[in-house]
Amino acid sequence: MGENSNSVLVIGGGIAGIQASLDLAERGIKVELVEKKPCIGGRMAQLDKTFPTNDCSICILAPKLAECYRHPNITLHTLAEVKEITGKAGNFKAKLLQHARYIKAEECINCGICIEKCPMRVDDEFDVFLRKRRAIYIYFLQGVPSIMAIDPEKCLYLTKDACRICEKVCEREAIDFEQKDSEVNLNVKSIIVATGYEPFDPSPLVNLGYKHLPNVVTGLEFERMICASGPLKGHLIRSSDRKEPKKLAFINCVGSRDMKYNPYCSSVCCMYTTKEAMIAYEHDNSIQSFIFYIDLRAGGKGFREYIERGQKEYGIKYIKGKVAKIIEDDDKNPIIIYEDMNTSKMKKFPVDLVILATSMIPNKDTPELANILGIDLDKNNFFLSNAYLPLDSSKKGIYICGCCRGPMDIPNSVIDASGAAAKAAENAIREG
Amino acid sequence: MEDIKMGVFICHCGTNIGGFLDVPSLVEYAKTLPNVTFATDNLYSCSEVGLSLIKEKIEEHDLNRVIVASCTPRTHEPLFRSICQEAGLNPYLFEMVNIRDQCSWVHMKETEAATEKAKILIEMGVAKALLLQPLEKFQIDINPTALIIGGGIAGMTAALNLANQEFKVILIEKEPELGGLLRYLYKLYPTHDDASKVLEVRNLVENHQKIKVITSTEPVKIEGFIGNYKVSVKRRDGIYDIDTGIIIVATGAQVLKPEGLFGYNGSTIITQLELEQLLKENKINVKNIVMIQCVGARNEERRYCSNICCMTALKNAMLIKELKPDANISIIFRDIQTQGTTYEEYYRKAREKGITFIRYIPEKVPIVKESNIEVYNDYLNQDISIPYDMIVLSTPLIANPDSEDLAKMLKVPLEENHFFLEAHVKLRPVDFATDGIYVCGSAHWPADIPEAISQAYAAASRASTIISKDVLEVEGAIAEVDEDLCVGCGICIKICPYNAISMDDNGIAHVTEASCKGCGLCGATCPEKAITNHHFTTKQILAQILASGGK
Repeated sequence: MGENSNSVLVIGGGIAGIQASLDLAERGIKVELVEKKPCIGGRMAQLDKTFPTNDCSICILAPKLAECYRHPNITLHTLAEVKEITGKAGNFKAKLLQHARYIKAEECINCGICIEKCPMRVDDEFDVFLRKRRAIYIYFLQGVPSIMAIDPEKCLYLTKDACRICEKVCEREAIDFEQKDSEVNLNVKSIIVATGYEPFDPSPLVNLGYKHLPNVVTGLEFERMICASGPLKGHLIRSSDRKEPKKLAFINCVGSRDMKYNPYCSSVCCMYTTKEAMIAYEHDNSIQSFIFYIDLRAGGKGFREYIERGQKEYGIKYIKGKVAKIIEDDDKNPIIIYEDMNTSKMKKFPVDLVILATSMIPNKDTPELANILGIDLDKNNFFLSNAYLPLDSSKKGIYICGCCRGPMDIPNSVIDASGAAAKAAENAIREG
Repeated sequence: MEDIKMGVFICHCGTNIGGFLDVPSLVEYAKTLPNVTFATDNLYSCSEVGLSLIKEKIEEHDLNRVIVASCTPRTHEPLFRSICQEAGLNPYLFEMVNIRDQCSWVHMKETEAATEKAKILIEMGVAKALLLQPLEKFQIDINPTALIIGGGIAGMTAALNLANQEFKVILIEKEPELGGLLRYLYKLYPTHDDASKVLEVRNLVENHQKIKVITSTEPVKIEGFIGNYKVSVKRRDGIYDIDTGIIIVATGAQVLKPEGLFGYNGSTIITQLELEQLLKENKINVKNIVMIQCVGARNEERRYCSNICCMTALKNAMLIKELKPDANISIIFRDIQTQGTTYEEYYRKAREKGITFIRYIPEKVPIVKESNIEVYNDYLNQDISIPYDMIVLSTPLIANPDSEDLAKMLKVPLEENHFFLEAHVKLRPVDFATDGIYVCGSAHWPADIPEAISQAYAAASRASTIISKDVLEVEGAIAEVDEDLCVGCGICIKICPYNAISMDDNGIAHVTEASCKGCGLCGATCPEKAITNHHFTTKQILAQILASGGK
């Protein structure tokens, strides 16, 4: 694919990358969409519902995934990474590393027989390690492309030269261990970076007990726990005793607004803890939720009203207080020790389950990608943007959108993505 | 009569349906219904594998009617229709049955009864599908011109981007000059760049070959449909018509004037916007300044948070500190809204500069006395008194009073605070439900400059997906008037929310295909039963009612 008259490279297949690709494709511009995971969908696919409408996340995302897959102007490169970018605006050359999937894409019909027979159980990244998948797997149920991938680091054959059971059971002979990693070279006029974020691991905050106390989980883990297609099939129980928790505490700003970890505000946590508390209540009306916060940030459209609804209709209580420590009692019930900001006194607050609203942090390979692209990072390692050209990177012809330039919610990521598409189209035309 | 072969695909939707209904029994039941040649279940019908299966089975069984019983047509019907089309079937021979939103979700605890209800719903779908007729989509020509209403930073940014993509742009502004609210600002957060520097984009817009700027101009009438809008505008010397393919609404918002609140007097007690003017003129000559947040916001009358006032207050406080390092500045706030990386850092800097922050609670609002403010300090748990020489009230952005008229002309909705309401809060944030009309900036919701700029680019992108095409296909399931039955009473014209029906020269109602959304209001209202709503004909609906057990 040496010559490409008018195309744009989009890096990252989450909601931002998807929206940018769809806009460009509808605009009549060819898109090369690169995603390092086996399927597009990104973080939004992991969420149960979305604020402030409580729309089911995958239900509104799935049609876009399918549209992306089927659009004649979009070429999907999953399990692929950008390794080298040369040239300049209007004439970039991109070198991709296409990882082997070990599956013949045109043969696999996602029947799942191989999964049943695969003997290797592996922690499932999509379900934030709350359940196991196999070494041959589909990244998530509604994933696109809807075909298997083999995890080369876990597959018995690829690591120990044994097994090959999947090959034997696949009726369509879709398994192909001969596949090798390969290189793909592309010519593009503009580049859009939409690599998203990852959640902060709160383990270093030992006072909060994450990973030591079984009934302290993160916000993303909770999303999977309450999701109907998640590891608990939407039946909320806690891991220590498989009992239904009735009293939940959400702690905002975990790792955020904290000079030791992430000095910034993660923008979405006040809203998503409210949403998670609402959904918990919808699952079980006897659940009561308490949200510990510093400032309640709800400046978006309908957000303040959403919080009021949470208070009035879902009985959510907001406690302005800084959590000092979480301990547990003999029944593994977490006890929150916090400073009541109204009385400045330390208080104890026993609950059944604690959810930590952890920061959004840049993906760990962001610095490497910045290096490959030759664009600058900000002091928090997000891609650097300019206040009045918010979608421009530090290099002409390369645009940044969504959470890779700072924490933001889904509507803002979608706005960013469409905006970056407009910039990329402008560049492709002017530099053409 | 044609030989009808129907395929029924029943979706588990993961566990959304499968977890609550007995899906295998629904499949068995479907197989017993008239003309059903094939029935099966799908874990996710909308997944690639689900879609491929539908396509494969259409070909394999030579199906000429397809039913998917799953979620809602609102999100998924276009997808299933296109799959039918790919398999060579007219897309209107597809019928969707909602057994999730209207069944499994609302009857989660009654598997047996809900499964029975789902059977009836599927039977109703089959009854309708038997009567489905193939329909054709219409093709309409697209005028590759963009009209942007509002010449503030959002409108100008969108105009420039579209013009640089080589589209013809017409930018109209009701004021005599471009610039909007930006003209009244001193410096901008978070960089402290002069507003006038950002305003320089005005020169690029005014001198761009592809952009026609028309100031002192307002729309008075909007007709037409996607690709072919006709906008009548009023200028000093009369009414003119503008033809355009799309419309971007970038009419901004205005700052609330806090008459009667906290002793507002425009001199010692002023708004942030008035403070900007004093800063511009370098006229700050007082020492003790108190700012009060959420004035006229987050109250009974205006429940919302205006999004930009905390940063505005922080910025103006910082700027005063720069000019007068010995000034005492307190900000009395409820929650500081400094989301994200740079704004939170800015908040920290403001505290480091010695600006005092005092939280108040709505039950105990600050009381403005002659030379001091009394406020209950939430942290200290006591009333405190702060002396002031000047009070600055942070008031929200409110919707423009003429939004309502514009919304009516455009036939698009406003939300409860009279900001424009987008098509979908999450995934279509700058689109309207009416095709070919977009919104950006503070017309949509209070936005600061960076947000308004991002949104402007987004609206330009969405607009470009239309005006880059020569022709566009539009919906085939629309209303049709039987000229022999129409008596020209005009009720349909009044009731149509999309302005899609007009009276022709013979006094007969006529439907504009490109504007009609097939909503059915006209057909339900017509006293002569002269209007057929294709795809929802009286016959089809009656068949469904009968299948439901109704008599």
